[in-house]
Order: sequence, then C-alpha cells, then structure tokens
Amino acid sequence: MALDTRTDRRPSFTGLLWHSTVGKKTAMAVSGIVMLLYLVVHMLGNLKIFFGAADFDAYAAWLRTIGEPFLHHEWFLWIARVVLLAAVLTHAVAAYQLSRRDIAARPMKYSHKRHRASYATRTMRWGGVILGLFLVWHILDLTTLTVNPRAASGHPYANVVATFSTWYGNVVYIVAMLALGLHIRHGFWSAAQTLGANRPGRDRVLKTTANLLALLLTVGFVSVPVAVMTGLVS
Amino acid sequence: MRLTLRVWRQQNPDAPGAMATYDVDGISSDMSFLEMLDTLNEKLILAGDDPVAFDHDCREGICGACSLVINGDAHGPERTTTCQLHMRSFKDGDTIDVEPWRAAAFPVVKDLVVDRSAFDRIIQSGGYITAPTGAAPEAHATAVPKPAADTAFEHAECIGCGACVAACPNGSAMLFTSAKVVHLNSLPQGAPERESRVLDMVGRMDAEGFGGCTNTGECATACPKGIPLFSITTMNREFVRAARKGR
Repeated sequence: MALDTRTDRRPSFTGLLWHSTVGKKTAMAVSGIVMLLYLVVHMLGNLKIFFGAADFDAYAAWLRTIGEPFLHHEWFLWIARVVLLAAVLTHAVAAYQLSRRDIAARPMKYSHKRHRASYATRTMRWGGVILGLFLVWHILDLTTLTVNPRAASGHPYANVVATFSTWYGNVVYIVAMLALGLHIRHGFWSAAQTLGANRPGRDRVLKTTANLLALLLTVGFVSVPVAVMTGLVS
Repeated sequence: MRLTLRVWRQQNPDAPGAMATYDVDGISSDMSFLEMLDTLNEKLILAGDDPVAFDHDCREGICGACSLVINGDAHGPERTTTCQLHMRSFKDGDTIDVEPWRAAAFPVVKDLVVDRSAFDRIIQSGGYITAPTGAAPEAHATAVPKPAADTAFEHAECIGCGACVAACPNGSAMLFTSAKVVHLNSLPQGAPERESRVLDMVGRMDAEGFGGCTNTGECATACPKGIPLFSITTMNREFVRAARKGR
C-alpha cells in the first residue's frame, strides 16, 4: 500500500491572516493601534503651540534631530513616515476589501428598516473615508505647504496660524477631528475585540478608555484652531 | 385580534419576490406567531391560494428550524424563537412585516424559507471531535474542569437557527461559528483538533460568502439562546493562536 506524501506547503502566518476575514481584521486592529499611538503623541506635541512661537518652532526643529548622531538629520522622521504610511495602507486596503465583502454578503436589504447600532459604529466606513481625504489635505497644508496660505518653511507656528485664519481651514480640520473621535470611539474597543483582548470583566474599562481617548484626542486637536479663532494664539 | 400582515412572497429561488399584504382576523393573543401564520394559511388554502411557506419543526424553541425577520427583528420583538413568540407581544390592529433571513449565503428557497445548509458545511469542516466509536466511555475517564464545562455548555446552547446572520448588517456567521468553536475548544475532548478546527471552520465560513465581523453586536442581541458577543472575542484569539502555531 502506498502512503500519500504530504507535499502541500503549510500556509504562512501572514498568508493565513490576510486571506481570512478574521485575520484581516487583526491587521486592521494592529495598524489602527499604531496610528492611535502616533496620534496621542502628535496631539500632545500640538499643545506646545500654547507656549508661543519660539517653543513650538524649536519643538518642530527638535523632531528632526531625534536619534542623532546615530541617525542622520530627519532620518527618524522618515522612518516614522514609512511606518505610518504602511499602517494607513494596511488599514485602508483591508477596510476596502472587507467592506466589499460585507456589502456582497447582504445583497437584499430588509424592507422594515431600523437602526440599532450606535452612530459611531454605523459611520466607521464613511468616517474612515473622510479621515483618509483629510490626511491628504493635512499633508499638503502643513507638511509640504503646497496649499498653505503662508507656506513659510521652518516656521510651523506661522503656518498653523495662517491655516486656521481661513474659514475652510477650520471647517475641514474640525469636521475631520469630530470624525476621528467617532472612529476611535468604536475602533479602539473593536480592536480589543478583534485581538481577543476583551473579557467580560474588562469590557466596561475598555469602552470607557475608548470614550476617553476619543474625547481627549478630539478636544486636544480642536483646541488649536479654536485658540487661533479666539485670538489666544496669533 | 385583527392584524395586517406584509409577508415576503417568492415563488422559487430565481423568481423575483415582493411583499404581499394580508388581513387576518380572529387571532387570539395566546397563539404563537407560527399559529397565527397557520391561521393565515388555512384562509389562503380555503380561498384556493398558495399558502405562505415557512420553516418550523419542534415549536418548543429548541430545534432551530423556525426563522422569520418580524418588523426588522430576527425572531421578532422578544428574545426567543419565533415559535415561542406569542401574539400578546403585538397590539390589535398592528401591521406586521414578515421577511426571510437575508444573506447571500442563505438563498431564499420559497417565500420565507431559506437554505441554511451553509451552516451544515461549516459544522462538517470542524464542528466535531475524533473519538473511538463503540460502547459509551467510562464517565470519569476524562475529567472536565467545572469552568470549562460551564463555558462549553453556554456555547453548546446554539441551535443554529441563523438569527445572528439575519441580524448582522454584514450577513456574518461569526457568532454561529464562534459558538461551535468555543464549545469544542473549551473541552479536553476537543483539544486534539483545537488548531485545525478554528482554521478550517473560519475558512469554510469565509468560503460560503458570509461577511466579516464589524463588532456591531446585533448578532448577540438577536440570539434566542443568549450566545455572548465574547464568544467571537474568544474565537479571534483562538484563530490567531492557531495561525501562529500552524496545524
């Protein structure tokens, strides 16, 4: 009797993850947490604007020197940008593929409609699209300075004030930050579910943490345009 | 009670369906929802019309055969199966919408009957344990810790009705699959296939065309047996563990 030889290759860990709905959500959860950690640091850094132009501009200059002399000038910033870009792409591609699949899995809607899920849960997809578009605007505005009304390289304080002195700069930013808060409110807890980190005893703590993170980040980010509008920062 | 019913009528899987309106009179508030549909069908048969097709079997809330999305809720407004839902949950003069489970993986067979064999194929892919057949084993041969027995029992309550899929905005079968995975993975008898079970069952679930989980929680709210949302959390953990270990 001939025994069959097992020649089929065992699928790799990442292959198994990326080709299943559960694994793709894991990729979304991990990339989401990477972006969330960055946003906390970014928001805290933004608050330096309240200490005046010299402090804020010096902080921005310091960011370019992190890791020196081991790393060359601005290398840390570029490493962070590559990591963040990878996180954004992973998150967006997985979300797009999963959404396509989810919509196809429910081809016929119920004629008796009702909404029970929270607003934050229902707006994850469009909220994500809004955040993606904002990201493009934000980089063109304050990183490349392409659309910035002042566009003074090396003077971030003046550029920030210039942006938030326009009505559209404020509207785009505040709408995006509200979308961000809603996205984090559902997203943080959802990531804990996806990664299997939630337990009956932890659920309340995780939901409270999600709400707190959403609130603190939104308030922290929105405080800058509000301060410019009220003349606190000028 | 006098009621107006709007019921999904569809002649066969390929025919286009539509909601049809019927008036039913003489409904007792002690009737179950299915008995109310029986009353409607008697009237339709006497009038020479085609009766409304719907799934039912034990009518005791334990078999998982009955379905129906009633006024947008899987199994209706109470947290039970449609057969255990009574007309006292409705008011005289109500208009009630009755629709089949809606999911790409559950195609309509006729009217309110859908084909749920996708669930059977998920079970076939890993919802079993390998054990020698023959005489019943000695009851104390495999000790099961009490917490594990409780977890397994809680998840074994799933009757496979598909309300979770019907309620999920993504038509996802995560709650069903996780109930089966957690039930068997919690027990020592299920340990030999712990990794292959979760990988194969999730793989089958995806292949059947169910959607993914967005942690909306509609499934656990609709489940007539109270399978908790944490069931999905546990399966996610088991899946990543199994993917890392290989089978």
